[in-house]
Amino acid sequence: MQDQPTPIELTKAVADFLRNDIAPAIAGHNAFKLRVAINMLELVVRQLTCEQGSEQAEASRLVQLLGLKGSLFELNRALAERIASGEVDLATQGLVEHLWQTTLDKLAVDQPNYASYKRERGKGGT
Amino acid sequence: MEAELGRCVASFFPGATGVAGAAKLSGGASQETWSFDIVHPDGNVGAILRRAPKGFGAAPLRAAGLNNEAVLMQLAYEAGVPSPRVLHVLRPEDDLGTGFIMERVEGETIARKILRDEKFAMARQHLARQLGRVAAGIHGLPQAKLPQLREMTSTKEIDELGREYHGFDWPRPVFELALRWLKDNDPGPPEEMTLVHGDFRHGNLIIGPVGVRAVLDWELAHLGDPMEDLGWICVNSWRFGEIDKPVGGFGSREELYAGYESAGRKVDPERALFWQVMGTLRWGVMCCGMMQRFRDQPDNSMERAMIGRRASETEIDLLVLLAPRAPDQK
Repeated sequence: MQDQPTPIELTKAVADFLRNDIAPAIAGHNAFKLRVAINMLELVVRQLTCEQGSEQAEASRLVQLLGLKGSLFELNRALAERIASGEVDLATQGLVEHLWQTTLDKLAVDQPNYASYKRERGKGGT
Repeated sequence: MEAELGRCVASFFPGATGVAGAAKLSGGASQETWSFDIVHPDGNVGAILRRAPKGFGAAPLRAAGLNNEAVLMQLAYEAGVPSPRVLHVLRPEDDLGTGFIMERVEGETIARKILRDEKFAMARQHLARQLGRVAAGIHGLPQAKLPQLREMTSTKEIDELGREYHGFDWPRPVFELALRWLKDNDPGPPEEMTLVHGDFRHGNLIIGPVGVRAVLDWELAHLGDPMEDLGWICVNSWRFGEIDKPVGGFGSREELYAGYESAGRKVDPERALFWQVMGTLRWGVMCCGMMQRFRDQPDNSMERAMIGRRASETEIDLLVLLAPRAPDQK
């Protein structure tokens, strides 16, 4: 068992330091690059925070949808192939819900401020 | 750089005594853009150099080529499409690589400023209609005068995007869904193949307080379906958060189409929507390409890494287009 603080806490501490103490003192192109760097660290924090739960749920939806077992990569490859061949399409039970949930989980990490994500996340139902 | 530019400018600009303030605006893998002033006793003239320096890698496969860009820009200028005037096409003796020098048009290209600053409030009201007219002007450029350009059909574009995406070897069920939809809904060749700008969107449009001042960056120009340009400018990623204004975050399709038809050309809204789906997938594939380049050449590329993580925005936009959910059910 590794000790604390956790990777999430450590990464967040670096991001906070750069944003609050360093960014105000930097100008020009480096300020832009620093912003990109801070955004990267914040993405890592979001991914470490939600990855495990959402990927487990994604895998179990895929197992259900495909009737197969395998790694997340293998399951996604199998789904991609079935969509390409037409074997699975928008009328397939559970597909639309699965794609939406998976995509929302990706946006929650990649770009939680993306406008279409904010709108869709606010919708009830799936 | 200023010495070489000065010699070059003296050869085509009567009375010019040199150049000043040369600054590199951007440098890509194969091209650079420089801004400078041509010094002249009657007053300085702002200019832009767009070039591929000697020894730079070949232009990407899709590129029209700098000499063709110069021809297209000049044709556009002559036809009354807002466009910088081309002042000079580089020759070997200029010793500056290949490319051209054009007038510098003042204005804004940064989307967030165009969409938010008070200064552009009036422009925003007319922009979609204006751009419709501009697109029609581009599509109407005389075919006989066009340089040799690659020909692109919807079917070829679907194949190329599919090949590129599969080359990344990273399964994306939403991209597969989009590819399948595109194949099933491929409208085939248009009635008339025209010049297509190929990258008609924020960043490549110089905007002033009353509207569009110039169309830039003809790098992706080709012959194809004119509706491609109308679909591309409606891709959600170019709305910068203003998602209910499909045209660049500032206007409606109706305004864009009305402007287009006022210039005597016909809009096919279904085709335009097809090309919006294609464009959304295309931007997604481009994001994946950025991820690939980040892996291949990890120097100076935090931005590329982060653009790689924007592929998922195109997945949500493709789902909104192809499998929309009911409006708010709460």
